[in-house]
Amino acid sequence: MYKLQVQDLHKRYGSHEVLKGVSLAARAGDVISIIGSSGSGKSTFLRCINLLEQPHAGKILLNDEELKLVAGKDGALRAADAKQLQRMRSRLSMVFQHFNLWAHMTALENIIEAPVQVLGMSKKAALEKAEHYLAKVGVSHRKDAYPGHMSGGEQQRVAIARALAMEPEVMLFDEPTSALDPELVGDVLKVMQGLAQEGRTMVVVTHEMGFAREVSNQLVFLHKGVVEETGNPREVLANPQSERLKQFLSGSLK
Amino acid sequence: MIFDYNVIWDAMPLYLDGLLTTLKVLLISLFFGLLAAVPLGLMRVSKNPWVNLPAWLYTYVIRGTPMLVQLFLIYYGLAQFEAVRESIFWPWLSSATFCACLAFAINTSAYTAEIIAGSLKATPHGEIEAAKAMGMSKVRMYRRILLPSALRRALPQYSNEVIMMLQTTSLASIVTLIDITGAARTVNAQYYLPFEAYITAGVFYLCLTFILVRLFKLAERRWLGYLAPRKH
Repeated sequence: MYKLQVQDLHKRYGSHEVLKGVSLAARAGDVISIIGSSGSGKSTFLRCINLLEQPHAGKILLNDEELKLVAGKDGALRAADAKQLQRMRSRLSMVFQHFNLWAHMTALENIIEAPVQVLGMSKKAALEKAEHYLAKVGVSHRKDAYPGHMSGGEQQRVAIARALAMEPEVMLFDEPTSALDPELVGDVLKVMQGLAQEGRTMVVVTHEMGFAREVSNQLVFLHKGVVEETGNPREVLANPQSERLKQFLSGSLK
Repeated sequence: MIFDYNVIWDAMPLYLDGLLTTLKVLLISLFFGLLAAVPLGLMRVSKNPWVNLPAWLYTYVIRGTPMLVQLFLIYYGLAQFEAVRESIFWPWLSSATFCACLAFAINTSAYTAEIIAGSLKATPHGEIEAAKAMGMSKVRMYRRILLPSALRRALPQYSNEVIMMLQTTSLASIVTLIDITGAARTVNAQYYLPFEAYITAGVFYLCLTFILVRLFKLAERRWLGYLAPRKH
């Protein structure tokens, strides 16, 4: 049984087709890395999974429950049932490239917000959970700080704690280290590696080849909106078959 | 020139009564103005023209006409119609205090609505995406994320609006209210000492403005601390 299935996803901006039928399936505990050059559609693909972007065709299933979609006037698909979308989103938490913490709330308030407001958890239980996850990502000492007063690495770790506090089925990471200073990247990657080892199901759009190779168990190489190559990351990276991937890898330092 | 302190001193009770009237009119109109401004501001950011357009028209008309004209229309203009004079609202609409509060509340609601709408539009897009991605409904997102953040960021601009409203309340003296300016007019009419009468009124307004500025500074420290530079 798959936790998350995405089938034949298409997406276009105007007449420009950015996703030409991309599929993905994640079992419990899978860590899938999606790599590709900028413009390959990898972030768009991830953002279509929780409908932050509207796909034009395709299916999205979480725990075999299909997200009901209807076409709008412009042909883009939107959720047929807002309640279902909200429920599915709450089980698919996302970590963003630019953290997207709520600026007017402290770290702790950011983390308890959705568990209390969306999941209906008691404030006390949510606070305990928030403290637990803040300790886990190593930023307990910043729990009362506002996002604007934290470093990028701290903000991203708070954002990961915020996503964890929802106890999601699948975690989506959209280039979580791309906006960080090089010396802060390691902290965030270590946290993510820890999550992978706990058996959490993760889909990660990344430029970190080391993470893709060492931590993930499945690699997807996207190029111009299609899956050019996929498989075990060690094998694919050591022995790329397609010309595109060879080119892409020769450009990165590994 | 000799400043006639004695007249002003004797008129002090009149000025203090005027101060109370000014404060009463100001607080009532700010309260109801803000109450109306929040839904109006929300309407102004709606993509639905049936929601947006009425609010746009309202703020356009109110901001496009002078406050004094609006006040005259409500206080003198409405009384012209028999239907108004015979309606159940007449006891209120014949009261200068009510008319002044109504006109000021309407006026400030339009300006404040635009401040709130501007602040809502300036919400960082990523924060909205994060709320959506967590599964928040639209209503919850507005109540928990958009409005709290927008209202805080609107504070500096709103403090300006409040200070403007304080000065604007002086128009109430034209429709017979004895506010601070009304007190000054009375003193001037009795003793013909325009300089003394109006400079005293000016000092009252200056003090009130000073207090308002301090209050908003405190409010910004309390609610906008997250935008201030890091201290520790």
